[in-house]
Formats: sequence, C-alpha cells, structure tokens
Amino acid sequence: MKQLVVVGNGMAGVACVEQILKLGNDFDITIFGDETHVNYNRILLSMVLAGEKSAEDIVLNDLDWYRRNGIRARLGVRIANIDRDARVVMDQEGLATPFDKLILATGSSAFIPPIAGVEKKNVHVFRTLDDARALLEKARKGCKAVVIGGGLLGLEAARGLQLRGCDVSVVHLFETLMERQLDSAGGAYLRRQIESMGIRVLLPKQTLALVGNGRVDGLRFASGEELETDLVVIAAGIKPNSELARKAGLEVGRGIVVNDYMETSDPNIFAVGECTEHRGQTFGLVAPLMEQGKVLAATITGNRGPAFAASAPAAKLKIMGVEIFSAGSTDDAEPGVETVRYEDPSQGIYKKLVLKNNRLRGVILVGDTSDERRYTQWLREETDLSAQRRHLLFPPPETDAGLEVAAMPDSEIVCGCNGVSKGAIIEAIHEHDITTLSHLKTCTRASTSCGSCTGLCQQLLRAVAPEFQEETRTTLCSCLPFSYEQLRDIMRGQQLKSVQEVLNIYGNRKGCEVCKPALSYMLDMLWCGGHEEDRSARFINDRVHANIQKDGTFSVIPRMRGGVTSPAELRRIADVAEKYKVRMVKVTGSQRLDLLGVKKADLPQVWADLGMPSGQAYSKGVRMVKTCVGTEFCRFGVQDSTSAGIELERRLENLFTPHKVKMGVVGCPRNCAEATVKDIGMVGQEGSWQVVVGGAAGKSVRKADLLITVETTEAALEACDLFFQYYRENANYLERTYDFVERLGIEKIRKETVYATDSERRKLLDRLQRSKAVSKDAWLERETPVHPTQFVQIEPIERGVDQRLEKTLA
Amino acid sequence: MIRERNWTRITEIKNIPLREGRSVSIDGLELAIFNLNDRFMTIENRCPHKGGPLCDGIVSGTTVVCPLHGWRFDLETGVAVRASSPACITTFPTRVEDGIVLVDTSSGSRIEPAEAAV
Repeated sequence: MKQLVVVGNGMAGVACVEQILKLGNDFDITIFGDETHVNYNRILLSMVLAGEKSAEDIVLNDLDWYRRNGIRARLGVRIANIDRDARVVMDQEGLATPFDKLILATGSSAFIPPIAGVEKKNVHVFRTLDDARALLEKARKGCKAVVIGGGLLGLEAARGLQLRGCDVSVVHLFETLMERQLDSAGGAYLRRQIESMGIRVLLPKQTLALVGNGRVDGLRFASGEELETDLVVIAAGIKPNSELARKAGLEVGRGIVVNDYMETSDPNIFAVGECTEHRGQTFGLVAPLMEQGKVLAATITGNRGPAFAASAPAAKLKIMGVEIFSAGSTDDAEPGVETVRYEDPSQGIYKKLVLKNNRLRGVILVGDTSDERRYTQWLREETDLSAQRRHLLFPPPETDAGLEVAAMPDSEIVCGCNGVSKGAIIEAIHEHDITTLSHLKTCTRASTSCGSCTGLCQQLLRAVAPEFQEETRTTLCSCLPFSYEQLRDIMRGQQLKSVQEVLNIYGNRKGCEVCKPALSYMLDMLWCGGHEEDRSARFINDRVHANIQKDGTFSVIPRMRGGVTSPAELRRIADVAEKYKVRMVKVTGSQRLDLLGVKKADLPQVWADLGMPSGQAYSKGVRMVKTCVGTEFCRFGVQDSTSAGIELERRLENLFTPHKVKMGVVGCPRNCAEATVKDIGMVGQEGSWQVVVGGAAGKSVRKADLLITVETTEAALEACDLFFQYYRENANYLERTYDFVERLGIEKIRKETVYATDSERRKLLDRLQRSKAVSKDAWLERETPVHPTQFVQIEPIERGVDQRLEKTLA
Repeated sequence: MIRERNWTRITEIKNIPLREGRSVSIDGLELAIFNLNDRFMTIENRCPHKGGPLCDGIVSGTTVVCPLHGWRFDLETGVAVRASSPACITTFPTRVEDGIVLVDTSSGSRIEPAEAAV
C-alpha cells in the first residue's frame, strides 16, 4: 500500500483526506498535527472564547473517525524536515516516516507586527484551541483587555473576551474596521454596532510598543498616547506556514506555490489550505480551502482533472447580533463600475452592491444579511442582472414561504464552507432517512463550519423529510439570545449575580418584561438566594407581594398551611375584610381565603392586621399544599395527610420556582384532595406513600406520574424535596411541572432525583436547604420595605408634605 | 414660540427607585413618573387599553409595559409600541433640579393615534 503522509491536522488537511476517502482510498494514511487536539472547527474558536461553545462542541472529527478510517493520527508531533530524495518526513525527535505522496497542510500562524515588547507576559495570539484556553485563564471579569487588529478575527476575539466580562478595547491600524472587506461607510456602521455592545474602538492607531515590567500593563501608540491594559491579544492577520516547504527547497512565495491541481514544484508533494499560494493569492477564509481539498483529492487519487479557481472571497462576521457579509470586489473607484446603495441609520442597515456590465462584482451587507445567498449566487454565476435592476437591494416579495427552497436549482450550493449542494442534501436525506439537523450534519457536513446555512438546511429538511423533527433550543427572548442552559452556565461561570449585569454583558442592556423576571428567578435559584435582588426586574406582583387585579387593586391570600385554619384566624380575616372594605371574600380552589380589592397602599397594614404569612398566591413560587383530613378524622384514612401536608408546605414555602407549584397530600387512595392532579402529590396508602409529580388540572389536565413509593412520611417528604429542587434547577422559566415532566421523561427524572447516587441527592438537598435558609415571608417587608416608597403613592412636594410618606421615610 | 414652563416640584429623586415607576396625583391628573437613571420621564398613569396602572409596569429601555395585558408604550413619545391597534398616552416634560423631580403638568403632549399609526 502506498504511504500518504499529511502534515497538518487542521480543517483543510482533514477535509481533503475526507474527500480522498470518499473517492475510494488506496493509501495508508498518516496525519501529523502539532496541536494535541483532533481536527476541530477553527472558525468557531471565538465561540469557545465567548463560552457559547465548549471545546468538545467544535470537534469535527473525533478519535473514533481516525480509527474507523484506519488513519494513524500523530498528534502533538511537529514535522521538522522533509527529505525529498529519501521521501521521508522527519519529526523533531529525528524519527523518519516514509511517504509516497505528501500533503502539506501546515496552515498559517498569527502575524506579529513589529511592535516592541510582544514577548511580555499576558500578550497572546488567537489561532488555536490552546490559545483560546490560555486566554480563558487570563480573561477574568473586570480585567482590561486590548485586541490589536480590527479585522474579522480581532472583532470576534474582542466580543468573546467581552462576554467573559472583560473591559475590551479594539485598536486598529486603519481608518476602517474590517477594511479588507468593508468600505468606510460600512466600517462606520460596524463600528457603531461594536461600540453599542460596550466595546471601545480606537482607530486609526498604530501601536509602537507594549509596555510593562515583564508583564504587559499598557500600550504606547505612535501618537504618543498610552492605554492601560491587563491583557493584549494580537489579531493582526495571518501568515502562511511555508517554512518547512522552503527548507525542503520547494517553490515558495508568500505561501507554498501550487498550480491549479494543488501540485507543488515536487511531483510527489502537494499542498492545501492556508499555507498555499495560488496564482499569487493566499487564503484565510474557509470556503476556497474546502474547494482546494476537493481538487487535491481528485489529483492525488489519479483523477487529475478538476482545476482550482479561487472564487470571489466572501467573509462573514460571526458575532451574535452583528450581521456583516462581504463578498467579491467592492472597490467602486474602478472605471465602469456602478454602485447601488441603501442606508438606514436608525436600523443600522447598510447595503452596497458594486456592478459592472449588469453583473455583480461585489457586495457589502451590514445589519441585514438575509439576502447573502442571493448575492453569492449572482457573484458565482455572474448572472446578467438587467432584468432584475428594480429588485437588486430587496428581493421581490415572496408569495410562498417554501418557495425559496423550491426555487433553488439542485446544483445550487447550500453550504458554502463545505460545498454541499441542495441536490446532495436531498439525496442524503432520502438515502439515510435523515430527520434531524444533527443527522444531516454528520451525513453531509452541511452547516458544520460557520453555521450560516443552518436555517436553509432546516427549511430543506422540513420540505423533504416528512418526519422532520425540529431540535428545540428555546432561547429566552430576543433581548438575550441564549438558551436557558447556556444562560445558567454563563451566570454560574461568570459569577453574575444581578439581572442588569447579565443584560449589560450578554444582552441588549434593556431587557424586557419577558427576560427580566426569568433572569431574576434564575439568579435567585442559582445563587440559592445570594444574588443581588433587583425589584425593577420583577413583575409588580413580586414587588408588592400581592396579585394585581383588573382595576389595579390587589388580592390578598394569606398562607393557611394544609388548608387548616382556626377560629382566631378567621375572626382576624373577617375584621380585615370589614376594616378595609374588601369587595369580596372568596374561598379559593386551593383551600384558602382570598381578600379581593385591596389598595396597594393598604397592603402593609392589611398584612399586619392579619398576622399571617404570605400565601405567595401572586408569585411563580410555592402556592400551597391541599390536604384531606386523613387519619385524624376520616374513617378511611390510612395516613396522617394533614400533618404531612402542613409539614410539606413548611419545608418549601417562601421559595421561588420556574412556575407556580401546587401540591396535595391525601390520606388514602380515594384522593379527596386531588393529589394526582397537582405538581407534587403524596398519596397515602396502607404502610406507604406514593409520591407523584407533574399533575395538572388547570389549563392542561394531566394525571401525575409516579415518582416513587416509600414507606415513611420522612422519605416521602424527601422525595418531594428532591423533585422540587430538580425542577427549580432544570425547568425553563414559566415551564409548569406537567410540561417539564413530559419534556424530560419521568425515567430520567427518577434517575437524577430519587435514584441518584447518595452524593448527588445530598447536593440537591443541600442547595434546597441553602435557599430555604435565606428565604423569608415576603409580607415581613411591611416592617422593612426594600424601598421607602415600595407601597405608597408619591405625594407632590408643592401641595404640602404627605404625612404617610414622612412616616415611612422616618 | 417660547412658552413659559409651569414646573411643579414633585418629589426627591430617591423616592423613585432606578428603573421603576411611581404614581402621583396632581392637578386632577394621575401621572406615572419613571427613573431611567440618566433622566426621569412622566406619562399619564392609565393604559388606554383597559386602564391598567402603568406606574407598576416593567421598564424596558425607554418603554414601559402595562402590568395588565402587556401593552408597551414609548416613554418619550407616548406611542404604543407593537400594539394591535394604534394607541397613545400623554407625556409630560420632566426635569431634575437639586435632587427634586419637576414635572410641567400644563404641557402634556400627545401624538394622535392616527399620526402614531403612520
């Protein structure tokens, strides 16, 4: 078998090997990588830095892939020399590996501009997973970071660091950000967007030196100014790694010179990727490199024919919330070119098309990249646009939402990064019975690189696969485009404790009525009550601890544990109802009494007169435990449901939950207090309790699932505690237990609560106890309000000082 | 035309917590005053939809969301944002002087719903 050696385990090299495998492989393949990692998606490194993806998430080929395909992976091994005569490559230890054919896919490394002091500590580059990890270790909250370079990579790194809580500045040598892709107007729009995220942009600024004693503590610019910093990231461009080829005597310019078939000046040596130079051009974006890989695979397997032609370069910025796309030549100074432009400053939208002879030459899109594909196709196919001149900037209105997909020819490329056509995707869907996006990704590689064609792939799946399952990843809201899991990780990882802090760093700084209460809940839960409470982020009910009614008055429901009250309590309730002219006293469905029509200003005094704790009937929290009279009075009772219910309510009251939690405890299977349609229920039977969860009898009706059957009341209460805390930690905000149990499945819930290991159970209970320990009856705020005007209306100064206000303030 | 302002001293700024609203009744008007950190803003305290108390709403940027049915109003213009039908509330000039919030209750302005719909 002929030996194929690949030097370089990055995206271009491995993609080429994948193509070789596809064409039917006769080689014995060895891949050398100087990084210790398997092939990962370098394009997504900024997302690792931002904490949006983990290192595992960006793996493209796991070790199993190498094994399955019989490929020897030599990771963490750097090739030092090529002996072309002996046809061997030598690693740093001097170990030789023979080859018949050799592919150089050595990639590129960070270009370090001539700046004094780049060797200082805390000066980083950002090219590899190890670079990202090193940065992550340094990027502490509040730390000052400067990114040198306002190109694609620099901006992505800047946003990543900012999401880690750093105070970030971008220093750019030129007048325009991303000047290779944008014109000055586009750059100005981009700058505004970047600055609105809280990243400082300094340009044009030439950095002369990094200053500091051993460790960098500032930058000195050519203008004489200085800027303080704790951390510097250099992202000033890349240079092809061509040293190995140069030493071996291959023809090398800026990169390793290849012809249209990816052959170097040695017939047995080929090159692919960012290390190459083709017709004087070097490469830094992924799409042409994938194309190179295909061409080289054909050449090397004896199918020499397809020639590489560098397509118009296209670049897309991958920062959530900043849409930038640029492709082709956008220079409008050239004679004979026409420019078509659209700007909407308030929306931050800028579009520029450069045309020549009715054909698109280049395009810049800022703020709205929805037409990116249309333009890419026009560029690639050099479409004659004479008939479409009226619809250049906006497509004619669509009549059918599925039309876009239907109207695409089969040959049209959906995934530009990996060169997957619509036809190939449809074929794969049928051949492999694909029903999910992730399955489509593994089969075709579509949407595995930059991810910008994900929407299109989903549309195709929806149209072609009847069984298509949408992979739901619920994001909280548009203020904060992250899933609940991501948000919990972010808050935990970044030690964020206030709603505004989360919104400032990760969101649009404003927040809304959807995300603010959700974040409030999540912070309270995550930090077990140790968060920074911000009442402005709470719904009015949770600011004044009562339920707002249609006329702006409030309803007051005191806690009546287990639905058990006393003559004294009832008398006080009656007195309060009369004293405050309560419009209605209502027995609720939850074995409690509701006083309706109380004015906000009267709430503190009403609570004081009642002398009972808050029933949390206004809150996403623990409502009540409904009970029957059990063994205490009932002829059929076999368990003391009343005492157990009161105890359950005591254990969990005053805690917040993703949605309201209603509970029930019954003393026998006759189920008089309807425990099987409660969020959490205990059903007594002779000698044991059944604990049931996920029941509902409101908007939805659902019979609860059995969590576990236990012998003692204490064990039943503990099972309730476990489920309760598990629901608090894992449900999405506003997800009732009946949806939560259905989403996760009762088996999984059992496994992770009542059947979990001792230590896991202990941890859940500990967190519950910590939250419980700092929780308190909200109605005590009558004595210690969080704000002097929490319950009162403002009395205007100019009409005399209001006595009530004065009293509260005192 | 320069019109004389009729500023009324309302309350110390500390009485309205950050990003919250408080109601005040003055000159026969029911007003809601909001603290947006860099400034205070005043609107009528009544949602045109079902009369909800806007002072109790959650503030989102320079908008407030009615606690009853989620109608959202721009505090600067009084125009309902993304409402199912055009709606408006009156806004009042507001400023801060020596730590006191002042409102000009005589200069309420209102964009008519028809205009707002455009």
